[in-house]
Parts: sequence; structure tokens; C-alpha cells
Amino acid sequence: MEKKRLTHVILIIASLSVFASVSIAFAISDVYKGNIYQVGTLKPIDSRLKVKVGDPAPQFTLPAISGEKISLVQYRGKKNVVLSFVPAAWTPVCSDQWPGYNIAKDIFNRDDAVLLGITVDNIPTLFAWTNQMGQLWFPVLSDFWPHGAVAKRYGVLRSNGVSERALFVIDKKGIIRYIDVHDINKRPPLEDLMGALEKLK
Amino acid sequence: MKKHLTVLAIMTFLFSTTVFPALAANKPPQKGEVLPVINLPVPKDPDEKNYLGLSGSGLFKIPEIKAKAVIVEIFSMYCPYCQKDAPGINELYHLIENNPDIKNKIKLIGIGAGNSSYEVQVFRKTYNVPFPLFPDKDFTIHKGCGEVRTPYFMVVKINEDGTHQIVHAQLGEYPGAESFLELVLKASGLK
Repeated sequence: MEKKRLTHVILIIASLSVFASVSIAFAISDVYKGNIYQVGTLKPIDSRLKVKVGDPAPQFTLPAISGEKISLVQYRGKKNVVLSFVPAAWTPVCSDQWPGYNIAKDIFNRDDAVLLGITVDNIPTLFAWTNQMGQLWFPVLSDFWPHGAVAKRYGVLRSNGVSERALFVIDKKGIIRYIDVHDINKRPPLEDLMGALEKLK
Repeated sequence: MKKHLTVLAIMTFLFSTTVFPALAANKPPQKGEVLPVINLPVPKDPDEKNYLGLSGSGLFKIPEIKAKAVIVEIFSMYCPYCQKDAPGINELYHLIENNPDIKNKIKLIGIGAGNSSYEVQVFRKTYNVPFPLFPDKDFTIHKGCGEVRTPYFMVVKINEDGTHQIVHAQLGEYPGAESFLELVLKASGLK
């Protein structure tokens, strides 16, 4: 009996050790030099969605880096909207997400969509961070105060106060048509988002 | 008990080598070393296949490219420096292709770290990249290259006997097409 238990323990440890050797992979652009804070591997998802596909998207107004205030309602009847929540400035995966969207403007245009980037960081931090990405064509919004209020309304605020890595596609009627609350440790493939936009046609 | 442990050890070894064939390196490939294990798919596009001097299908290794030297750029469509450098790298390609003395001696490829085929195509289309780009969606090659930051450039000299050596490696700081070509020519002994 004792031997059997020992075998089980060894089996479990051996199995776990194989997985423990797998590091989370991400490429970091040299543009950020040594300024990216390593967060390690995090719990993939740490919140509970409060909306679902088919629901009206919760309204919000947030300040943008540009100084203007952006409201979701201003796109009603005019544009599809992609909300890209990323957890935090100056962290590995986030820093290599929006620069990709920055060269995909024509695809967003093709699908008559605007992109709104959102984090819970404050404006000065977002300003310094996104400056490293080059000139972004889309608004970057700060959900800093009341802290993470918009992320919380959508149900993507994690227990430590940062948001999930989440994408919401909202159509011109203001209805949520696609949700991807992604594993925070990984970047969502661009084709998945673009496929969702394509379906709005 | 012993039997169990032996079976367990064998299974663990087989599992780890099957799932992680390209063993993760702890540092980027350096000058003087050989390349880590990099298997790339033979391009389906006949022009790209022809450019690299490859035939058939399946996988190939970089030293199989018909050239004296191969410039490898580890890039990402999500990397601002890679985006900024893209026109300059294209210029490097054209400098080489327009010079009959080196046209068939130096080839250029890009490997998109963590990029899917779709993402690589977005990068190619955005910058009109004229040389072959390969996706590395699951970071296998990137891990084999010590998880380098991007862009990372390697110049690989291919010897007559099929052996090879990295004769130059650098992180970022692309100096422009002419300067980089000069560097490649000197490092690979073509000048």
C-alpha cells in the first residue's frame, strides 16, 4: 500500500516537472530595451464575465492619451467597435500586441471597425509606454479612475486590479458580437479577431 | 516498483522529447556557433522556392539553401523596430538581387517569432516584403534561439562541404542596407 502511494506521488511529480519546464513564450521587441517588467506565468483567467454575446455593450466614457474623452455611444450607427483590454503597460505580452494592430489598420477599415485600446494604467504611464510603439492610429483609453470601473462592468477585472487580455467586438447597433477573454499569458492570434469582424458583414 | 519507475522514466523522456523537440536554449545564437535546430517548410510559392534553390516539399534546414551566406532575421509583426526596419531590409534584398556578383551568393529569410501564417502575411503585405518569411506560431524556433528580442539578425556562412557557421549576430540596431551588406560581405568572406 505504502509502495503504491509512493509510486503515485512520483508519477504526479514527474508529470508536473515536465509541464513546469515549459516556459511561457513571448517575443519582446528590442524597442523596449530592458524596460519590460517580467511578471512570470499568471493564472490564465481571473475574473468572471458579466456580459455575453448578444447583450448590449455597457456604455462608458474614458479619457484618451490625446486628451479627448471617448464614449462608446459616439460610434453607434457609424462604426463597429473592437475593445482591446490589455492587462498592464510595460509588461511582456501587452507590449507586443497593439503594435501589431497598428499595421492592420486597413483590415479594421475594411470591416468598418474602430479599435479602442484600454488598460487600467494612468494617462502618463500609457503615454510613455505607447510612445515606444510608434504613432498609433487608434485611441488608447485609461480605465484608471475609478479604478478599472469599465473592466469591472464587462467582468474582466482581475483580483489584483489589472484587466484581462480581452477582446470585445461590438456592432453598429451596440450589441456585443464576439468575446475573447484570452489566456493572459498569450497573445490572441490576429486571425481570430479578424474572422469575428468579417462575420459582421 | 522498479519496473514502474523504469516505465515512468521512459514515458517522461519520450513525452518531453516528443512535445519539445527543439530544446530551449538559454542564450541567443552567437558568432562562431552553429545554428540551433531550425526546420522550415519548403515554400509552396515557386518563386520563393527558386530563390532559395530548394526542391521538393517537406522541411528543410537553413544550410540547405543554395547560397554562400544566408541572412536570417528573427522578427515579429508585433515589433515596432521590425516594422521600422522593414523598408531598409527590403532595400538590402534589392541591393543583393541587383548585383550580379552576389545575387546567387547571399539569400535573405525572415522568421516570425510567435507569428501565425496570417500574421506573417499581414507583415509581408504591409511592407511588400520580397523575400521568404516563415511563421513560428508556437515559438519553437524562438525558444531554440534563446528567446531573443526582436529583430535579431544572423549571418550564416555555408561552406562547400555543407557545414555552416554563424559569422555575425546582432540584436536590433540595423544600420541601413549598404552598411549591413558591407558587414555581411566581410563577415562571410565574400569580400
